[in-house]
Amino acid sequence: MSLATHLPALQVVLPLLSAPLAVLLRHGGVAFVLVTAGAWAAFATAIGLWLQVGQLEQGAFISYPIGSWAPPWGIEYRVDRLTSLVLLLVSGMAALVLTASRASVEREIPRESHYLFYAMFGLCLAGLLGITITADAFNVFVFLEISSLSSYVLIALGRDRRALAAAYRYLIMGTIGATFIVIGIGFLYLMTGTLNLADMAARIGAIESSRPVLAALAFLTVGISLKLALFPLHQWLPNAYTYAPSVVTAFLAATATKVSVYVLIRFYFSVFGESLVFDKLPLPQIMLWLSLFAMFAASFTAIFQDNLKRLFAYSSVGQMGYITLGLSFDSVNGLAASIVHLFNHGIAKGALFLLIGGLVLGIAKPGSAPPTPSFDRLAGLAKRMPLTCLGIVIAGLSLIGVPGTAGFISKWYLILAALESGQPWLVGAVLLSSLLAIAYLWRFVEVAYLRSPAPGHEAGTEAPHSLLIPAWLLVAGTIWFGLDTSLSLGSALEAAGSLVRSGR
Amino acid sequence: MTKDLLLRVIGKLLIPFILLFALYVMFHGDYGPGGGFQAGVIFAAGIVFYALIFGMDNARKVMPDWLVEILLAAGVLLYIGVGLAGLLLGGNFLDYFVLDADPIHGQHRGIFWVELGVMITVCGVMLKIFYMFASRGRG
Repeated sequence: MSLATHLPALQVVLPLLSAPLAVLLRHGGVAFVLVTAGAWAAFATAIGLWLQVGQLEQGAFISYPIGSWAPPWGIEYRVDRLTSLVLLLVSGMAALVLTASRASVEREIPRESHYLFYAMFGLCLAGLLGITITADAFNVFVFLEISSLSSYVLIALGRDRRALAAAYRYLIMGTIGATFIVIGIGFLYLMTGTLNLADMAARIGAIESSRPVLAALAFLTVGISLKLALFPLHQWLPNAYTYAPSVVTAFLAATATKVSVYVLIRFYFSVFGESLVFDKLPLPQIMLWLSLFAMFAASFTAIFQDNLKRLFAYSSVGQMGYITLGLSFDSVNGLAASIVHLFNHGIAKGALFLLIGGLVLGIAKPGSAPPTPSFDRLAGLAKRMPLTCLGIVIAGLSLIGVPGTAGFISKWYLILAALESGQPWLVGAVLLSSLLAIAYLWRFVEVAYLRSPAPGHEAGTEAPHSLLIPAWLLVAGTIWFGLDTSLSLGSALEAAGSLVRSGR
Repeated sequence: MTKDLLLRVIGKLLIPFILLFALYVMFHGDYGPGGGFQAGVIFAAGIVFYALIFGMDNARKVMPDWLVEILLAAGVLLYIGVGLAGLLLGGNFLDYFVLDADPIHGQHRGIFWVELGVMITVCGVMLKIFYMFASRGRG
């Protein structure tokens, strides 16, 4: 056997293996090493797959039949450019966040549940990678449940009591979303008699206007939109991100909603096809307006938050608006903007939430529970935690889309796509909503750099190196992918080129 | 422990058969209704029945908490192990054809171990949930 041919299976199996081993050994430190090793192994696998896909011609893919049952009968794992990019993002973020997690988890999670925490983290990672790599509709749902159920537990482990309520809310909304998704998949199975996505796409053409197929499209759209927190279905997100343990927020914000976008792209472009989704139905208009609402309403709400984590949680909803806006154009540049922003925003938000975790550690008093990062506690913090605060500002610049950062690339392509589609007023909308991003980032800058600390809140030391180094690697990533776009934008354009109007 | 003599006697009589029936459902799953999931639930139900009649302390002697957690991890590991065995023997992940010289026999063998893994994990999870509810509010 050659290892290289089995990379698609190992991509999911390696992190999946780390979770039960962590439970079996029942020790927090060992579990940390095991699951982190699993995540790095997954990252290495993703790089291997990336190199393999790179050798194929454009539009080609790697196919792996699980259990040697040939598709479309058996479950197929399929890796193309887009899959490979998302796998890189998810596994890379997991590896870095887990490496940084030790100090934060020590403070925020009761010692006796450390090994369960890491086991859940491993399961969540395996689920997200599975959703991405599988080419089987029902398998998508199974992995979606694995990642969702483990993420509910991860969020509920937050020290704040409100974490429990937030996790419960997410559980209800997430379950409704998952139910809608499985109903949609059920309709599609009923009509096409197959679960393999490619096979489904081949059979759907003749019946695409039939009611069950339209109902499937509706159920899948609403279900996945719940998962990706498309405005106005984002209500679960701010609380879940605010009260979850810092490292969980960093990981979920960087990956979970992004994988949902990936699923939406797969169903729209690879299964239903653009002629149905974009030409025959008013879906692009609906998505355009919802995206605009997200960009403005959520960013506007973010400005008035008092808790830094909550502020960036609302900003996440706004940023998802850019991603779905790109989708709604149905053009190569629009889809490329979505894909590249999915990647760039994942890195920037991962860095931001990790560094906020560092802030929480820095202002925590020894022996007491970690405090919420509210603005009155952050005053004048830049003097005591210069590296952490600088990192937040740089990653924040990427959210605004300042030239030289990764966010600029996404917005540039979004603007190109808007001009192409003959809607120049959207350029103004993108720029205006970026001003809102400046406003909420400025609040942090003003408090941390210009104000003097409130009495009683003068304490604060720089976050530990174990957290700062991975976080700063991500911060460096937001600059790197703003200057050298061959990896992110190159593959986004290639993936979009083969998805848009590929002709089923 | 319940003072009801009837329950205690019937329980003692029935529990071995419940556990045996779980194994029957497991091993006969190839040919009749049943399989790992159902078997795991029935096996766990036997233990839960024991706990209800003879009390949690006795149940914990039979099935301590650490053992329950080991069960729920071991089943998943067994499942992944079968998958990796297929991979090591020259097939793909979860390839049962290569588990025996005769591919059809290999399929039997593969599904048996996978179902056993399912049974162990399901049993562990059912008991874990029961234990967590049963020990609520006791300090």
